Amino acid sequence: MTVASPESRRSYGGARHGAADGAVLLETRRLTKDFGGVHAVAAVDFRLRRGELRCLIGPNGAGKSTFFKMLTGQLRPTSGAILFEGTDIAGEPQHRIARRGIGIKNQVPSVWDGLSVYEHLWIAAYHRTGARSAAVLTDSLLGELGLEPIARCSVGELSHGERQWVEIGMVIAQDPKLILLDEPTAGMGSDEVERTVSLLRAINARTTLVVVEHDMQFIEMIAGMVTVFHQGRILVEDTMENVLKNPLVKEVYLGPGRTEG
Amino acid sequence: MEFLFVTLIGVAFAIASLVLLSLGLAIIYGMMGVINLAQGELIMLGAYTVILSSAHGLGVWGGIVLAPFVVGAIGLVIERCIIRFLYGRLLDTMLATWGLSLAIIAAVTLALGPTTEGVATPLGHVSIGDYALSVYNLFVVAAAAVSVAFVWALFNFTKFGLIARGTMQNADMVAALGIHPPTIYMATFALGSALAGLAGAVMAPLTGVVPSLGLAYIAKVFITVTVGGAAIFGGTLGAGVFLGAIESAVSFISTPIYGQVAMLGCALLVLRIAPQGISALWRRRG
Amino acid sequence: MASARLSALELLLWGAAAVAVAVLPSVLSIFSVVQITVFLIFCLLAVSLDLAWGLAGLLSFGQTAFFGIGGYVYAIISMNNVTTLIALVAAAGAAGVVAGALGYVAFYGRLSAMFLAVMTLTVTLILLQVMGSTADPSYHIGVAILGGYNGMTNIPSLALDPPFVSAGALGPIGFFWTVSGLLIGVVVLGRLLMIAPFGRVLVAIGENEQRVELLGYDVRWRKLAIFSLSGAVAGLAGALFSSWGSFINPEVFSLAQSAQVVIWVLVGGRGSLYGAIVGALLVQALTQYLGSIGTAYTTLALGSILVVFVLLLRRGLLPTVVRGVTARIAAGDGVRQR
Repeated sequence: MTVASPESRRSYGGARHGAADGAVLLETRRLTKDFGGVHAVAAVDFRLRRGELRCLIGPNGAGKSTFFKMLTGQLRPTSGAILFEGTDIAGEPQHRIARRGIGIKNQVPSVWDGLSVYEHLWIAAYHRTGARSAAVLTDSLLGELGLEPIARCSVGELSHGERQWVEIGMVIAQDPKLILLDEPTAGMGSDEVERTVSLLRAINARTTLVVVEHDMQFIEMIAGMVTVFHQGRILVEDTMENVLKNPLVKEVYLGPGRTEG
Repeated sequence: MEFLFVTLIGVAFAIASLVLLSLGLAIIYGMMGVINLAQGELIMLGAYTVILSSAHGLGVWGGIVLAPFVVGAIGLVIERCIIRFLYGRLLDTMLATWGLSLAIIAAVTLALGPTTEGVATPLGHVSIGDYALSVYNLFVVAAAAVSVAFVWALFNFTKFGLIARGTMQNADMVAALGIHPPTIYMATFALGSALAGLAGAVMAPLTGVVPSLGLAYIAKVFITVTVGGAAIFGGTLGAGVFLGAIESAVSFISTPIYGQVAMLGCALLVLRIAPQGISALWRRRG
Repeated sequence: MASARLSALELLLWGAAAVAVAVLPSVLSIFSVVQITVFLIFCLLAVSLDLAWGLAGLLSFGQTAFFGIGGYVYAIISMNNVTTLIALVAAAGAAGVVAGALGYVAFYGRLSAMFLAVMTLTVTLILLQVMGSTADPSYHIGVAILGGYNGMTNIPSLALDPPFVSAGALGPIGFFWTVSGLLIGVVVLGRLLMIAPFGRVLVAIGENEQRVELLGYDVRWRKLAIFSLSGAVAGLAGALFSSWGSFINPEVFSLAQSAQVVIWVLVGGRGSLYGAIVGALLVQALTQYLGSIGTAYTTLALGSILVVFVLLLRRGLLPTVVRGVTARIAAGDGVRQR
């Protein structure tokens, strides 16, 4: 699979969603999600600037996926505000949020088993453009992502890694202002991981990204700032280098009483 | 004054019979998420147990005692042969149980004929002022109350109940503790079937027992369980009270058929407001 | 699941069907033509369910509710001396509206698939009871008496010339051509819909609705649209049925009738429209044969078929056969290439 250079990204037909101009794209204020008595996300204040490539890390159950799902409208927040480009979108229906320009690749590939790879990208693009533009876009995107060999295959027949790429492709075709990626490299070999890194860097040239990941090497390769989640709250927000040195983070991952010499 | 009393008993009877008929499906749906479209036929089989036992000398009461066991056993067989292959496949379960419903109706028609001799309503009447009150109606109310209490106690105070509730919440954890979830499902389905059989048996003296008896009840029962939602007791009771009252009120004013239409209309209204049924309103927000 | 594009084979099939329809009456007896006509009316009903279920995954157990509504509305309107053609259109429209109302509650209320299936069945059973209770002659709309369980008789047959009501009604052959023409028309339009963008999005909705929403599509009106269309086509079939026998009664709302529609599509295979037709023809042939033995046997067979197919042949006959044939061809190619 080859990934083309940033210049060719313009073939996606969408506008460049602002370079890293520093304006705040997404902000949450005391965002909370309770399930029964469990505080999955507890009063989180989060801020994201346009053009960033932020990583969210944290142990399983820390609330990262729940956080994402509230951003896309898949879950209703219990309380708190989500400000996207200044407007509070908390509790809005999924399709309206998607139209505002937020796209997500879910943790478990969410695709349509009976449809072909081509149709996945086409349907993702079609909503935004007409049928003909969608076809042009899809063809070029298939090429960029190297999915041409399997374009006509039913996604149900593909491997886990290929399904992830299809969903990533759909999100790219959607051309959102903010892309959320929940564990994009899960189950990928190191070759595929490297290609994913190049792809994400290329996408980041024109879109803001937030990535949930567990693979530390991957994060080191791509991240700007890193946000560490723990038990529904933000523990630390810093560069990867500092996060790795932070004793709190070590305790969260490795348990108390294990200080490194 | 007497009129009020008699009317209240009438409403209580409508609510009680609805709750009694719906309890079996509420358990099967609430515990396992299975929509059993043959539930009406299980009720019908309970009614036929009474007819047959009465014809063979055991009387109505013998039939009422036997029915839960007979129909519970039938439910067990159904679960083993059909339902257990379809867990997790909700629409497929509905399709298969629908086919089962048709097959059972046809089988009973072929075996026992399209009509039966009814059984007389036992216990006679009691006079309240100018009105004659059927004592059996009171029995039905009592039967409903006892059934609900029994099942509630079973689920909250016994080991089985604890395990069953645990399985409903998290089958994997229960399996990790060494208990075989399929066995629990089997037992739960059998329990739901037994309750349906009991309901059919109790209602048998009050209606004409024919193979298509289940069809008369299935609409009401489904509406009640859907409106009630997943909470077996709070939901079913709440829905039973609400819908039962509406049905009896409208039936009283016009005809039983409009009573059912009114019930459906209200059910659709409730579901439009609270799609998860009444249960969702009981639960804490969030 | 039929392919996303029209193959030459499919166009050939349509042509062949048109030719066969044109030629058939000259080869068969009038009795056979009349028999086949009602079979085709039920094929249209099966196709209507497949449009919602096969395309978008919307299963209604009570498709016959819309069929029956169409039948009764046609009867009531045409018996009140309104042109039969208008009655036909009104019947389809009325059924579509009722489907739309139910669909609105289900889709805009974001209720589960189970709700749709059970509620349509519940509505059907309630219609059965309501229409069955109209035996008293005081139940009438205009001059049309509803007739309770005995139903309505002397329903005017369809006439294509607008000024006429009963004079100029279509004879058996003309009616056969009308029904077949409508069936072929609906299938062609249905297939075109399936390969159009709207149809592809519906297929995606049937597979994974949330994914479609996350792309910005409002799935609610799309589901409502196809469900209403499906109801309208069922209503059209119902009106044709009323016209065919000049008779309709609450039996159309029976549980057996409701189950049959689902069985036709399940047995034939959903999603291709052709499977629905195959299933409808096969099962109807079977029930007609069994009906001569006794209705209970028919019901027993239908119920058993439903259980067996759900457990063992979930995809239905047509897709299984097509898959088998395609696999054979592929294997044959493989052998040849060695």
